[in-house]
Amino acid sequence: MSALLEVRDLFKTYGTGEAATRVLRGLSLGLEAGDMAALLGPSGSGKSTLLTILGTLMKPTSGSYVMLGQDMIAADDKALTDFRNAHIGFVFQFHNLLPDFTALENVIFPTAVREGRETPAARARGRDLLSRMGLADRIDFPSANLSGGQKQRVAVARALMNSPELVLADEPTGNLDRASAMQVMDLIDQINREEGTTFLISTHDEKIAAFCRRQIVVGDGIVTG
Amino acid sequence: MLYALKIATRYLTANKAQTALLVTGVAVGVFIFIFMSALIGGLAEFILSRTVGDISHITIEAETADPALLISPEGHVLVVAERGRARTATLAEAATWLPLIEAVPGVRAVSPQITGAGFLTRGAQVSQVSVTGVEPGRESAILDLAGYMVAGDVRVGSGLIVVGRDLADDLALSVGQTLRLQSSNGVTSTLTLSGIFKTGNGGMDGARAFVSLSTARTLFSMPQGVSRIEIKLDDLNAADATALRIRALTGLDAVPWTDGAEQLMEALNAQAQTGYFLKTFALITIVIGVASALLLSTYRRRPEIGIMRAMGAGRRFVIFVFVAQGALVGLMGGIMGATLGYLALLPFPSRDAFQPGTLPMDITQGSYGLAITLTVIGAILASILPARSAARVDPVTAIGQ
Repeated sequence: MSALLEVRDLFKTYGTGEAATRVLRGLSLGLEAGDMAALLGPSGSGKSTLLTILGTLMKPTSGSYVMLGQDMIAADDKALTDFRNAHIGFVFQFHNLLPDFTALENVIFPTAVREGRETPAARARGRDLLSRMGLADRIDFPSANLSGGQKQRVAVARALMNSPELVLADEPTGNLDRASAMQVMDLIDQINREEGTTFLISTHDEKIAAFCRRQIVVGDGIVTG
Repeated sequence: MLYALKIATRYLTANKAQTALLVTGVAVGVFIFIFMSALIGGLAEFILSRTVGDISHITIEAETADPALLISPEGHVLVVAERGRARTATLAEAATWLPLIEAVPGVRAVSPQITGAGFLTRGAQVSQVSVTGVEPGRESAILDLAGYMVAGDVRVGSGLIVVGRDLADDLALSVGQTLRLQSSNGVTSTLTLSGIFKTGNGGMDGARAFVSLSTARTLFSMPQGVSRIEIKLDDLNAADATALRIRALTGLDAVPWTDGAEQLMEALNAQAQTGYFLKTFALITIVIGVASALLLSTYRRRPEIGIMRAMGAGRRFVIFVFVAQGALVGLMGGIMGATLGYLALLPFPSRDAFQPGTLPMDITQGSYGLAITLTVIGAILASILPARSAARVDPVTAIGQ
């Protein structure tokens, strides 16, 4: 396996002066291509902040972050947006679908926004991904009419749409019942094994963590295990 | 940017009631804009047609030459006793200029005239009149004489005369009667009254007489040329420019009707300014309405904007989504308002049939295209602030909401 990303001495402080809260305190971490890693740790340990920085949605106060050979700290907003679109997928705890769009339209959004239109190829891939998620009969459903588990599977399909090297999942099953959670994790595990997509999954759930071949424990702003 | 347009359209159609309300608000603004344009434009048209519609739009008058002073080589001024007769300035070359003037673009009619003063006599009754000699067949070229006839015919052939209603009443005239007209030159003609007109203008109805050009030549001892040329234009607002053109073409002193009509022009300008203010307020209302609605939409859709940004949508894409919404609202509201405005103006009489006592609305001056264009531009400008606000949404904060 080759190195996908590496962060070194990440510090992140929210606020200034006496109100300053230091969330990351010199965290260093590396992920290999094809990793299936669980990010564990108590609330407030910095898991979500780390995912946000790795997802290029936020810059650290200090430290270095290199992914696929590119310096993510020096890049400007436009470059980070394009990079994120091409190489990083997100699965959020509350699915975060666009409510006025169908399941298929949600899935193909990352490609359509890059291409400037919904291409037939994108539609075909979107349909294929939704079928793999067991949602072949929900392709043209308004996303607002889907169940929680279905929405989360649409979110996973969307995260995979542009075939990213890295998918960051923040409590992806935290809002699902046990059966739906296992269904989603089975899909993630399958994609990781078949396509080699790297997953970094933030979770409190030991059973979810058990799906992952690697556990990264974060405590007090650094990797502790 | 096709995809951004699709998202903008989806956002607008997702909440149909809210969008319909917004579009209706814009349409009302456009409706007011169009209504005011038609009213102000129609009113100006009405006032102009009532005040200068029946007068010459451009007039060329012969200049009276000063009598020559005979100066002796020794420097003494010699007194010259001129024969006692009225002098009438003449446009001797009128026949040469007429075809040229008629060919000037925008010129609707040209009327060569011989004018002068005289006394109309019937029996023992005498009345002073202003006499205008016009070419037979061109009696209504400038003043719509045919439209004002209340008795007889507008014809001013040889030996015929047409007078105003008040003058006819003063002299107890009726069509077909014979009367005598003595010019200021002392020439007398016996004429037959062929028609009586009533314009509503006291000065004209009480002291104006029309005769043929040949009769006027005899009366005023003018064997050739004319004393004035009156010109009617298709667009009376083009009088200044056309007068300049005629001056350049002929060298004659062509005077537009606007010379000496400063007060009327000031009043019309003030009226037009009022219209501009009202239309500007209507546009400002549209801009504020669109801006506030889109700002609200931006705030409501912050989580979605955050998701889009996380999925790789750039700031420009987000800006375009919201600007496109503004443009679409402006376009729909503009078209709807313009259509409503047009339909509302349909029942009003056309500009040629304005009646006293009714609103002089001119449907042709609704400025429909301008209203739609300005509304779209205004709506786009109104959407820039919400769009920039949307583009600045922090995806981390927005997704966490």
